[in-house]
Amino acid sequence: MAERLLDIRDLSTYFFTHAGVVKAVNGVSFTLHRGETIGIVGESGSGKTVAALSLMRLIADPPGKIVEGTLMLGDRDLRALTDAEMRGVRGNDIAMIFQDPMTSLNPVMKIGKQIAEAIVLHQDKGRGEAWRMAAELLARVGIPDADKRVDQYPFEFSGGMRQRAMIAMAISCNPDVLIADEPTTALDVTIQAQIIDVMREMQAQFDSGVILITHDLGVIAEISDKVMVMYGGRTVEYGPVDEIFYNAHHPYTWGLLASLPRLDATEKARLTPIKGQPPNLITLPGGCPFTARCPYRRPECRDQWPQPESVGLDHGVSCWIPEEQRLALRAELPHSKAPAA
Amino acid sequence: MSLLEVRDLKKHFPIRTGVLKRTTGYVYAVDGVSFDVEKGETMGLVGESGGGKSTVGRTVLRLTPATGGHVTFEGIDVMRASRPEMQKLRRDMQVVFQDPYASLNPRMRIRNIVGEALIIHDIGTEAERKQRVAELLEIVGLNSEHAERYPHEFSGGQRQRIGIARALALNPKLIVLDEPVSALDVSIRAQVLNLLEDLQDELDLTYLFVSHDLSVVKHISDRVAVMYLGKIVEISDSAVLYNHPQHPYTEALLSAVPIPDPHTERARRRIILEGDVPSPANPPKGCVFHPRCPRPQEICTTAMPRLVATPGADAGERHQVACYFPARFKEGGRYIADEPFREALPEPPS
Amino acid sequence: MPDWDERQKPERDVYGTQLTQAETIDARSSEEVIEERVEEATKPLGLWADTWRRLRRNRLALVGLGVIIVFLCIGTVETIFYEAHWHVRPGSDVSAANAPGYLAPYDPNEVNYALSPEGLGSPPSWSHPFGTDYLGRDVLSRTLIATRIAMLVGIIAVAIALTLGLLLGPVSGYYGGAIDTVIMRLADVFFAFPYILFVLLIMSVLGAGFQNVFIAIGILGWATFARISRGQVLSVKSMEYVEAARAQGAGDLRIIFRHVLPNSMAPVYVAMAMAIGGAIATEAALSYLGIGVQPPNSSWGLMIAESVNYLAAGNWWWLLFPSLALVATVFGFISFGNGLRDATDPKLKE
Repeated sequence: MAERLLDIRDLSTYFFTHAGVVKAVNGVSFTLHRGETIGIVGESGSGKTVAALSLMRLIADPPGKIVEGTLMLGDRDLRALTDAEMRGVRGNDIAMIFQDPMTSLNPVMKIGKQIAEAIVLHQDKGRGEAWRMAAELLARVGIPDADKRVDQYPFEFSGGMRQRAMIAMAISCNPDVLIADEPTTALDVTIQAQIIDVMREMQAQFDSGVILITHDLGVIAEISDKVMVMYGGRTVEYGPVDEIFYNAHHPYTWGLLASLPRLDATEKARLTPIKGQPPNLITLPGGCPFTARCPYRRPECRDQWPQPESVGLDHGVSCWIPEEQRLALRAELPHSKAPAA
Repeated sequence: MSLLEVRDLKKHFPIRTGVLKRTTGYVYAVDGVSFDVEKGETMGLVGESGGGKSTVGRTVLRLTPATGGHVTFEGIDVMRASRPEMQKLRRDMQVVFQDPYASLNPRMRIRNIVGEALIIHDIGTEAERKQRVAELLEIVGLNSEHAERYPHEFSGGQRQRIGIARALALNPKLIVLDEPVSALDVSIRAQVLNLLEDLQDELDLTYLFVSHDLSVVKHISDRVAVMYLGKIVEISDSAVLYNHPQHPYTEALLSAVPIPDPHTERARRRIILEGDVPSPANPPKGCVFHPRCPRPQEICTTAMPRLVATPGADAGERHQVACYFPARFKEGGRYIADEPFREALPEPPS
Repeated sequence: MPDWDERQKPERDVYGTQLTQAETIDARSSEEVIEERVEEATKPLGLWADTWRRLRRNRLALVGLGVIIVFLCIGTVETIFYEAHWHVRPGSDVSAANAPGYLAPYDPNEVNYALSPEGLGSPPSWSHPFGTDYLGRDVLSRTLIATRIAMLVGIIAVAIALTLGLLLGPVSGYYGGAIDTVIMRLADVFFAFPYILFVLLIMSVLGAGFQNVFIAIGILGWATFARISRGQVLSVKSMEYVEAARAQGAGDLRIIFRHVLPNSMAPVYVAMAMAIGGAIATEAALSYLGIGVQPPNSSWGLMIAESVNYLAAGNWWWLLFPSLALVATVFGFISFGNGLRDATDPKLKE
């Protein structure tokens, strides 16, 4: 088994606002090993971005606060680190790629400088050498004319190139963990393919673990090894990617898979949507956040959170419906997907 | 006669620089686009950013004036219609926008938003309008009590339904949908797509569905046109396009779309295009796609190929492609001719 | 019936699975409870409620608001009774004694030499809390009645400026081009002139007097409102709901005044608060210089002017009270304006 990089247990991050307490992340656990990619899937309000930001301790306090959980990076407890020590971790051991490359790059700073910043900060190199490394990195992520490009400003880069520059920044210090928050959502589909390729290459080269956060199940299917499905701040299901797609056990996962229009669909079938709206995190009752939208809800669902139960190798689901009944319900679904043999 | 006929539509935005705002160039957002939409069908328009699809939608509705070309709706020339003619046309052609948060006036109540068109076109009495608004809200699956509320009290999916209700107010024949589900959560998209399909059946609507999301477009469209840098490079029936794409850009586009199925994903052959999408201000000479094309030839640099049907194509005349070396599908196999497809040349041999 | 209708309670769930009797009953009860809870909790605050909440936290702004309210109350009462009971014409014999309901304890214009030994008035006492001036007039009464003038100037002058500004600004921003250039350059001219000088110029043309003060200040104030509203209009006019209105067939007039202007008002309100404060100060300056309110009417500026000559003799109370009133009022408006601006700024962190 590859080296374990991250061990997150029972992470809970709450936001204390004037309107009430927002339980953005509520008891989330996962592990990440070297060379592994975990895909965190969820919609708005699922808490996936907040979970990643909590890992980096980038939650603004106030109003947010990590109220519970152990965050272990290797054998270091991230919650116990001082601010200075945490700064040494960010960009160095854990790096993050944000969603919108338009706004996450400083518009008045040259690209080279932004990349070099991290290098100078973490690697004790001089400015000159850092610039040289920045140009190398740009070339490595596939930007042509890297030597000239390193001297340019973000507005001179296209969306795809900016995202590559962000990746270059992220990998500049050989991080063990790479967090990519919706890295391709703002990009065109052909550029998306390029970026995913680059990320895959970089992961292979540095043997890092990747946390991929997205709502796009197609991208998840493409590069994840394991998947965590989040809803309303909780993990409703997690497991290896094949298990999640072909042997899903949670009604939300079923709903998600059934509601997607697919490129390879053969007949013009009707989509089966999930009824209702994404949840309001302030007024969530204590149980399963999906209760209001779940067609199979039971009385206990609303107020009691079902602890995760194992339904396969490394595959867990949190649901009150007993396993046999779940399997029966799933078999009746109109788009029941058996594993492609 | 088709419901909507678009011929050689052009929209060029002038680029003005300098203090005196001289025109130094043009953005060729739409550069010679032609297609027909039949009554009752859904025409999908796909492409990436800068491809021009949104601009086509807006120009067809005359929300922006076109630089050239013709748009004919039920035989009437939209571009040259007089003010009163245009007002009548507006009742038949409506639009649903992408952003559910920006497409509703935050200071207006829902009943005013949905019913505004009725007031503008002086339809019905106050009481009749009120009832019509209630009807429309019910049609899209909202409670008619919601009419008194403001947009900020609704979620994204609900707002999009309000936008749809607004578009339906005047019983239009054609609705242009500009990325109607892109800004919505994945689990809400299916709701709105189903709603759109149901409405199309019930109210005999025709859709022009603009989107960058190929999976969505495939699901809802009967015919699909693929745009690149202001031109249509391929147009065909939906199923045919997705199974037998002839244009290299279409192939690349289809192979780039992630499919939520790990086994399929692993088995796929990816075509990764080099480089960035070029700027429509500076389109390449010759075929607009040739700098990124995986199989460019000499002839591709000379002139942009015309959009014509290839012989032996699945859908016959209904499948048109703008390429000198389109992929052909025969007897279950795919092959590309060595000789360029002469019909696509600007002046075909007689 | 379409299955996306959320108010339906089907016997089959959305996936087509038959729900057993028991499940339906259970599901129904918790569903109702949940729907109800979600319904009431998801109502976000109204458009102004949010602003008010943030404003409440700004003590200075609240103090300012309090001052404004007091000021408006006094001014309103004065104005209501003024016309009925006070005609300031020389020789009038109306006095406080036969003017019921008047807010000032004494006739502000009643000359009473008895209270002004040596022509220097009498200092504050129990019967005259602010003292009397050189003509024996009660300073408290004069200060109070000057409030009316200040309020009228503030409101009417700013109303004139607002009307002109909100006519020219949105038109300028919406149409752009030559109209925009002309109007904005005109505004620049107005900005370039030193304000007081310009006001004096206009007053000298119109002649001294109370009503002309409104006109002068109003005419000069339009530029600020025009510029602010134009800026907002520029960003609002490209919003999708404006395009939607156009697609419905709305004409320019309707779009500007029904859609664009109402959404451009937030910074205008802030500017209004500041402008009222500024107008009051300007009026005081004009009256001080002798070309605003004329004696025997009282205005704070006039009172200050009258008192200056006598300061050496130690009559501090003629100067102090009107000055305090002026400063408090102007400061009140400005603090409130600042608070309002902070409260409506979406980017300001809470």
